[in-house]
Amino acid sequence: MLEYLIRRFLQGLLTLVAISVIVFGLASAYPGGIMNAYEENPDVTAEDYARLRAKYGLDEPVPVRYVRWLGNVVTGDWGNSFVSRRPVLQEIRDRLGNTILLMGTALVVTLLIAVPLGVISALRQYSIVDTVLTALAFAGNSLPVFWFGLLLIMVFSVWLGWFPGSGMTTLGKPFSVLDLIWHMVLPVTMLALVTAAGYMRYMRSAMLDVIGQDYMRTARSKGLTETQVNLRHGLRNALIPLVTLLAFEIPLLFGGALYTETIFAWPGMGRLFYERAVKGDMPVVMACVIIFSALTILAMFLADLAYTVLDPRIQLGKRKAA
Amino acid sequence: MTNSTLTLPGASFLHTRPQSPARIFWRRFTANWRAIVAAIVLSLIILAVLFAPLLTPYARDAQNLRNRFEPPSAAHWMGTDDLGRDLFTRVLYAGRASLTVGGLSVLVSLVVGVTIGLVSGYFGGWVDSSLGRVTEIFLSVPRLFVLILLTVYLRLLDAPWAQPGTIGPIAVVIGLFAWMGMARLVRASTLEMREREFVTAAYGVGASSGRILLTHILPNVASPIIVAVSLGLAAAILTESGLSYLGLGVQLPTPTWGNMLSQTQTYLTTAPWLALFPGLMIFIVVLCINYLGDALRDALDPRTIVGKKG
Repeated sequence: MLEYLIRRFLQGLLTLVAISVIVFGLASAYPGGIMNAYEENPDVTAEDYARLRAKYGLDEPVPVRYVRWLGNVVTGDWGNSFVSRRPVLQEIRDRLGNTILLMGTALVVTLLIAVPLGVISALRQYSIVDTVLTALAFAGNSLPVFWFGLLLIMVFSVWLGWFPGSGMTTLGKPFSVLDLIWHMVLPVTMLALVTAAGYMRYMRSAMLDVIGQDYMRTARSKGLTETQVNLRHGLRNALIPLVTLLAFEIPLLFGGALYTETIFAWPGMGRLFYERAVKGDMPVVMACVIIFSALTILAMFLADLAYTVLDPRIQLGKRKAA
Repeated sequence: MTNSTLTLPGASFLHTRPQSPARIFWRRFTANWRAIVAAIVLSLIILAVLFAPLLTPYARDAQNLRNRFEPPSAAHWMGTDDLGRDLFTRVLYAGRASLTVGGLSVLVSLVVGVTIGLVSGYFGGWVDSSLGRVTEIFLSVPRLFVLILLTVYLRLLDAPWAQPGTIGPIAVVIGLFAWMGMARLVRASTLEMREREFVTAAYGVGASSGRILLTHILPNVASPIIVAVSLGLAAAILTESGLSYLGLGVQLPTPTWGNMLSQTQTYLTTAPWLALFPGLMIFIVVLCINYLGDALRDALDPRTIVGKKG
């Protein structure tokens, strides 16, 4: 068990290093960068330019620069943004919380919608409720998430005027939690409804798989009520595959957050990444990709762990490689 | 249960007239009314997009600055945009690029995914484990973020094949980050097929690995591939539209449903139809493809035919 966990952890670390190599390679191939500011400047002579290049270590081969960069990253020096000149870590710290607030809330709302509806769909298979929910899930799966956001703004912000269509707080007003929640309604709806569509289908099929199992019959025959059978024996088993899904959907969720933050002017990591990628702010861009990758790998690792906790039948390390 | 049982359906259909797999597929597929509706709607859209010049009197880029922001009317079915161009016309032409990018990128992910899946499933060992590591790296990368980074680069390139408005490079980039599911699927099916008697027989008579893979294993793992292609097409269209919405996908002058939406947020109060129609087209097309994919899965799954759960 412990050996398996260590091996899995090292694998994750190796994946992260591989990703960092790719990202660094991409970033160093980006034309311009920090020297852009000096190229057009008539006060900078050719000698100054060469001296600056040497000072920033740009004359050295990419592998050497990669190793030095990796060393700095590990020791907590992520460099300065080309755009704002502020330390990258400070920029990230300002935004990461907002993204986690948005994504976390959206994830909770997603599960609150998807799990009950998926279970109802499965228990009433082929009923009208199931048919309607299935159609809605198909629609949700086919919606371009950014377009859904535009529609939400069009209807609830422009026409009805119920909720604000951008930002985290009302400008000029003192901060209040209510104001924040009011601003979160539309972005969270955008992110959660589209995600919930997929989860609901998954929950439904997981529940359908469980319903036919022998232990469900056993539970019934020992006199448990239908609700007890479905919730304690059915739902608990059906939730296990959902954990894996959750881990594998994390990268998609980050993508959804990028659209949500861009459309609703939400000051999070996704919007930061998009704005800076367009401007070629490579230190910030690299940091964002590394952090998102690390979170993804961590999520997959935790899903593996959660598996053993939720399902004692699974013994890690003894699984078939299938 | 796999396709190979389908080639000998007599065993499962002892009491019924034997039917060819193609016939079973067709019967099951046409019994699904949603799939029929989806197929009809999708065909109509594809035809309309192909024959766009016959359906609209306006040219794709024809501006009319006196007719800016006209709401939908008899003359302009979907209204006009900020330069007075007919939105219906542009939506039709945009469909060409959107559907082509979708198709091309699925083709790329198909080739990469099937190759990697077949090779790692058939050869196993270190080939399998190293290709598995590569797949895992691609799965752990935040896809949209890397796509954004790569498309930012594409915009900066000055090569003749990367001029504004070209769709090839975008399609390839999208496809290169969408093959992982396909590879895993094909690998799993190949692992199963490898142990079958007909593969052993082919090996026994001296067939080369390439021949076994292409003529014996590939046809038998076709069903999951077909389903994955249809779902991949839907995903690719969504990805392209998203990137183009962000201004990073296909560039003007070529309109796509995604880049038509990109500036519309500013006009939500004054001209909401600009944001409505191109998005509606993406939604309808992707919905149809998803329904078709679902019907394909049901119709191709031999388990549902035999009525046994695996």
